[in-house]
Amino acid sequence: MFTLRRKTAGEAIFDAANVAGMLLICFVTIYPIWYVLVNAFNEGQDAMRGGIYWWPRVPSLDSFQAVFANPGIMTAMGITVSKTLAGTAAHVFFTAMVAYAFSRRDLIGRKGYMLIGTVTMFFSGGLIPSYLLVRDLHLLDNFLVYIIPAMFNFFDLIIFLAFFREIPAGLEEAAKIDGANDFSIFVRVVIPVSMPVIATIALFHGVYQWNDYFTGMIYINDMDLQPIQTFLYRVIAQSSSNLMMAAMPGGITKSVTSQSIKLATMVVTTLPIVLAYPFLQKYFVKGLMIGSIKG
Amino acid sequence: MSVNPGYELSVRGQPASRKAKFAKTVRKLIGQRYLQVMALLGVAWMAIFNYIPMYSVIIAFKEFDIVHSVGEAPWVGLAHFREFLDDDELPGVIWNTVGMSLIKLAIGFPLPIIFALFLNELRSLRLKKAVQTISYLPHFLSWVILGGILTTWLADIGIVNKLLMALGFIHEPISYLAEPSYFWSIVISSDIWKELGWSAIIYLAAIAGVSPEMYEAATIDGAGRFQKMRFVTLPSIRGTITILFILAVSGLLNSNFDQILVLRNSLNESASNVIDVYVYQTGIISSRYSYSAAVGLIKSIIALLLLLMANSVSKKLNDTSLF
Repeated sequence: MFTLRRKTAGEAIFDAANVAGMLLICFVTIYPIWYVLVNAFNEGQDAMRGGIYWWPRVPSLDSFQAVFANPGIMTAMGITVSKTLAGTAAHVFFTAMVAYAFSRRDLIGRKGYMLIGTVTMFFSGGLIPSYLLVRDLHLLDNFLVYIIPAMFNFFDLIIFLAFFREIPAGLEEAAKIDGANDFSIFVRVVIPVSMPVIATIALFHGVYQWNDYFTGMIYINDMDLQPIQTFLYRVIAQSSSNLMMAAMPGGITKSVTSQSIKLATMVVTTLPIVLAYPFLQKYFVKGLMIGSIKG
Repeated sequence: MSVNPGYELSVRGQPASRKAKFAKTVRKLIGQRYLQVMALLGVAWMAIFNYIPMYSVIIAFKEFDIVHSVGEAPWVGLAHFREFLDDDELPGVIWNTVGMSLIKLAIGFPLPIIFALFLNELRSLRLKKAVQTISYLPHFLSWVILGGILTTWLADIGIVNKLLMALGFIHEPISYLAEPSYFWSIVISSDIWKELGWSAIIYLAAIAGVSPEMYEAATIDGAGRFQKMRFVTLPSIRGTITILFILAVSGLLNSNFDQILVLRNSLNESASNVIDVYVYQTGIISSRYSYSAAVGLIKSIIALLLLLMANSVSKKLNDTSLF
């Protein structure tokens, strides 16, 4: 009896401390993002004084207005949106198509094809050979550099493969008897029943496309082709704040600063990720698990 | 004269069956022509985007320039490798790369395990879910955004300086990103901040697979919460820990390039120049392709050796290995 009671007291302390620790971790995770948010929604000149921690002191949407009025930022946003949509569609369709072919046990040469793919997971040419290849393919300063070199990935193929192997063979055979070829079986039968895995890969690749600044940084010199992440990289890492103030309509200039536009751009850039987050949350654990078990 | 019937049969039989087999394969190939095209498109992509760069690595042994193609460029043997070994920057580059990685391994590797263990002990399922959801979020933010957050926090009027000054620890603001001495701490702590929750997922999944009977048995034996963590949960996920540790060791020469590129500047260069940055600087910025490829190649070879080493050590020590 005595030991039991003591244990319960100890457990209560453990539980309370554990909950407190976890809440602290949550606060430490959320607060830096919150801090950016409240500063972005504060009037720019006033925010320069610092000291805005919990809530905007002088609430203002001027910085956001300035962001949407800045042609450079808007062009970069457009590039990011189009590279994310086109890149994700191409990646998912192409990788899934190859994965479906590789998943068919009757495919002649299947073992050899798989070996060719497996090698790519362990060896790569590295940065310079990849750069030279992109240059030789005339993809420098070309929108397609966001799409084609990212169209395929053997890790993602393995995740698709694991899923496709579970599809009952009867589905494909029924379509075959109807005279469909393998490509139309893939499009009409396999894709519709594979939506969970397609959503998983699409979300992961979508996040990659949205967040990637490196491709735009090394392969793109043309400012009109750079995505918003590369634009922000140039502003943040190279402190080119003049990019922010460029072509600013006269009316708003007084209250905003390059810092406040930077924060507002960060908020606008992150918003789609946050909106997609519930879906990511739903699919990513599943995807990660398939990948880790089979891969 | 005397013909061996068996011989004759086999001579006549073999080509016939081989031919038949071949014809069958061809028929099958024609039958699956769509499937073959789908597979070969993938193989062609890999040939171009994976295998051509692998072949181009030979420029590390050549004097490659824009005039010559990779094949035509003259061979120079190990000249670029020797040049790198003689470079004054080498010790600093190695120090920064390995030093940061080792600290990351020592702190950043165990933390997600500890986090997962304690998260698993939360009684309220709802709170557990909420903590997980919040802790994964930073993983999906780009390093550019995080760099923006950090520069805001660490600015002269930023919250860090304001707080430290209010508490009387410092008297005037410090420009953290301009001081090499702070660079490693900034890199390591921001990396932990971003990836703590995400890295814990895999351990949480492993913990979920532990049979409840083991916990019940431990409870009957009088084990407390800490003891259950130490003697039931931890040993049960040892395999997962080992595999992730092997991968972490093989990545010792990898810096988080995305992160470092955002946080580095000319003022903190002495602490931020890692191998990846060096390859980028010499190759892409200064166009010394052959030299830069040689440095990259050294790095890949060492990474491969580290992987094999960590793998065989862990095989010997606790029978778990990646391959």
